[in-house]
Amino acid sequence: MVIHFTCNGKPVTVDVDGDMRVLDVLRDVLDLTGTKEGCGEGECGACTIILNGKTVNSCLLYAGKLQGAVVETIEGLSGDSAGLHPIQESFLEEGAVQCGFCTPGMVLSTKALLDRHPDPSIKEIETALSGNFCRCTGYGKIMKAVVSSAEKLRDSREDGHQSGTGLGVKRG
Amino acid sequence: MTTGISRSVPRVDAYDKAAGITRYIADIPVAGVCYGKLVRTSISRGTILDIDVPELPEGFWFISEGDIPEGGRNRIHMIKEDWPVFTNSEVRFYGQTIGILVGPDREQLIALADAVRVTYREQEAAFTIEEGLACRGGALHGDDNLFADYCLVKGDPESAFSRAHRVIEDVIETGFQEHVYMEPQGITVEEQDGKIVIHASCQCPFYIRKAVAPSLNRSLDDIIVRQAVTGGGFGGKEHFPDIIASAAAVAVTKVHRPVQVIFDREEDMCYSTKRHPSQVIFKTALDSENRIIGMDIDARINAGAYESCSPVVLQRLIFSSNSVYDIPNVQLRGRAVATSTIPSDAFRGFGAPQGIIAAELHMSHIAREIGMDEVELKRSLMVSKGSRTITNGTIHETVKLHEMWQRIAEVSGWHEKKSRYAPGSGRGMGAAFYLHGGGFTGSGEQDIIKARVRMVKRDDGIVEILLSNVEMGQGLQTTFRKIAAQVLDCDYRDILLADPDTDRVPDSGPTVASRSIMIVGRLVQLAAEQLKHKLHEPGAQESEAAYTQPPGCHWDQETLQGDAYPAYGWGICVIETAVDPDTCEVETLGVWTIHEIGKAIDEAIVHGQVTGGVIQALGYGSLEKLELKDGKFFQHTMADYIIPTTLDFPGVYSELVENPYPYGPFGAKGLGELVFDGAAASYAMAVQHAVDRTVSRIPVTPEYIMELKTHG
Ligand code: FES
Ligand code: FES
Repeated sequence: MVIHFTCNGKPVTVDVDGDMRVLDVLRDVLDLTGTKEGCGEGECGACTIILNGKTVNSCLLYAGKLQGAVVETIEGLSGDSAGLHPIQESFLEEGAVQCGFCTPGMVLSTKALLDRHPDPSIKEIETALSGNFCRCTGYGKIMKAVVSSAEKLRDSREDGHQSGTGLGVKRG
Repeated sequence: MTTGISRSVPRVDAYDKAAGITRYIADIPVAGVCYGKLVRTSISRGTILDIDVPELPEGFWFISEGDIPEGGRNRIHMIKEDWPVFTNSEVRFYGQTIGILVGPDREQLIALADAVRVTYREQEAAFTIEEGLACRGGALHGDDNLFADYCLVKGDPESAFSRAHRVIEDVIETGFQEHVYMEPQGITVEEQDGKIVIHASCQCPFYIRKAVAPSLNRSLDDIIVRQAVTGGGFGGKEHFPDIIASAAAVAVTKVHRPVQVIFDREEDMCYSTKRHPSQVIFKTALDSENRIIGMDIDARINAGAYESCSPVVLQRLIFSSNSVYDIPNVQLRGRAVATSTIPSDAFRGFGAPQGIIAAELHMSHIAREIGMDEVELKRSLMVSKGSRTITNGTIHETVKLHEMWQRIAEVSGWHEKKSRYAPGSGRGMGAAFYLHGGGFTGSGEQDIIKARVRMVKRDDGIVEILLSNVEMGQGLQTTFRKIAAQVLDCDYRDILLADPDTDRVPDSGPTVASRSIMIVGRLVQLAAEQLKHKLHEPGAQESEAAYTQPPGCHWDQETLQGDAYPAYGWGICVIETAVDPDTCEVETLGVWTIHEIGKAIDEAIVHGQVTGGVIQALGYGSLEKLELKDGKFFQHTMADYIIPTTLDFPGVYSELVENPYPYGPFGAKGLGELVFDGAAASYAMAVQHAVDRTVSRIPVTPEYIMELKTHG
């Protein structure tokens, strides 16, 4: 089945079985391996992507659903040359990245939340991330990273800047 | 503001991980790869009579015992060689490897594995500690089912018990726990220039090499292990990768193609190793004034079907079973019991949590019985510098628990809340005190591991650290560099430290036992100090540091007497809970911790480890129920085995107290496991206070609380 969709801002066409998991389309067909498989059963959130503005577990979604859709994966956040997205920067600055396996999913759940609610309460953040498991951090620094990225994004909106401009975090 | 080495810096691995660029093993395509699917036993105990493999399509193979290269041993070399690579006769647990199917298509492999027909003669099996001790179905190991049976005596317990005015008894039990590292197990094995190269998500590259070489009948140097980026380990990638790697390596020698085995979550949860369930029976002798004069401890762990590292886990459990208390007269028996379950293995804490949970709950029960404040009772028995340990060794360091208690009591509002919440009021406070010995138990570092670290200044002036400990999320890529940079007075980001490759690095030992910073980090510091003198000499320069036992530490492995650990980390965890009177659901209202780990190498990394360890322990203490039904794990998906999410616990307050250790890098001691040791006990005691019942097992689920409230 030929599927046309937008992935990270670019038009993409793939020819795959309609019942292939979106997770496999991304990883095996498009080599976008930043999206991880932690459980394959819709529980852990490691495979989180943003589809038409909402987070979904790509391990539960079939390729047919991609027809005409707009998809964002972790690879789309940082862009080719723009450096990290402010959410990713906050994850670095707050020490919210440990083994890193949950990180892409966490970052995307954060983005989907902040796109909807620029000023979320702690409860709203906890709820928005409750489908993303992390076994390393105990969530403390992840929560801080979300709060600080929300602040950053609000500040940059007020200043009329676009999100995604580097804030000085360099590749180590 | 924190200065010096403790000041936090950006982690070197974080950028690529946050950007999604980092490639874990399942993200790396391998040309011409065959996938591997393990074929496993579907009974727990008995004998295989026949294995009927369906006809395999072109390009598919079934590899089993007969395919082990000539002279190779069908035993995986861990501590002993006992766990077979493949079985074609004796079955000791459900899910034991019979063979490995390899081929180019994963779905076809699953269908083929399902089509393998195995006939068995089934035998009665023992699954629990009691059944194992009773040798149900006949002994699985020796004639008593004991992989280890240790005794310890401190002082004169016999006379203490003969003088006892009363004896308080307790049985404390803990269950299995699954690691749930977010990245499931995965390895790729291939042939390169006549050698076997193993890429593994793992904690211990040299363990894999040691495990695989004898089964292939190859020299150690013929096996090269390269650590792949590892998405969490927690002990679950200490020995278990040996099991998968051995089977896949045998397959590679047969099919001469790369073989990759990546578990899916269900396979990982069903068939990987777990934390040892435990049962600790305490009897405490009190004199007529309710003073503790002696203790009798009988500790048992469910070791599973093969020995693996159970004796060593048991040692750490029993050495931790007096926790931070100096009990005058103690007798202890510890047994590692064989059962027909998957061998239990390493998990953060390595036996210490089971010992400490039992000790903490028992002490609190004594306090309840004698009507004393539990913290006052505990504080009256706390060890200090010079105290004698349960192995008749000495505490060599200053113990700061009293000042730590003052501090944490203040920030948690302990005294006010403890007096305000009447027992049984639905609100409760718990406080656990704990310690964790850094490094291998006893003389393991000196006699078995013999760690070495090398450092080179290359021709181009760049400094590289060569060692075998892995980054698995705990921050070593950053902290090792920081230690070297502090000595060499350079930017930590300018130092090279690659993921270990056994062909390039010296063996600095496994990434276990809270040893990486305290033991290996110290060697990094020493190697850097040597290299510093040669840094400005022309050409390539090199230095090497090897482990030596700190002076004044003595250990006799035969008698288990002396200093079981050279130094300890210390901690206190306070928890406040509210228990719903109708549903028995528990809300955790606050978590406060204070730890003494000598010196923090990076505060952000340390606090991250604290929060991660505490939340993992709270999962163990409250949610993570893992039951065996007919030898199989009943909970085997993430939907039914429940780990903490953002909604389960509040933020963790984390404070550090310094107490530099002279033989650790810049004073640092171990950290990673200490922070797991206390929270489950603290949670259990907080619930105990809230419902005014004696809690004697974890996890403390609402069902268990209901049971306690109904039956007392
Ligand atoms: S991999 Fe999709 S939710 Fe876990
Ligand atoms: S950082 Fe390891 S699972 Fe979240």
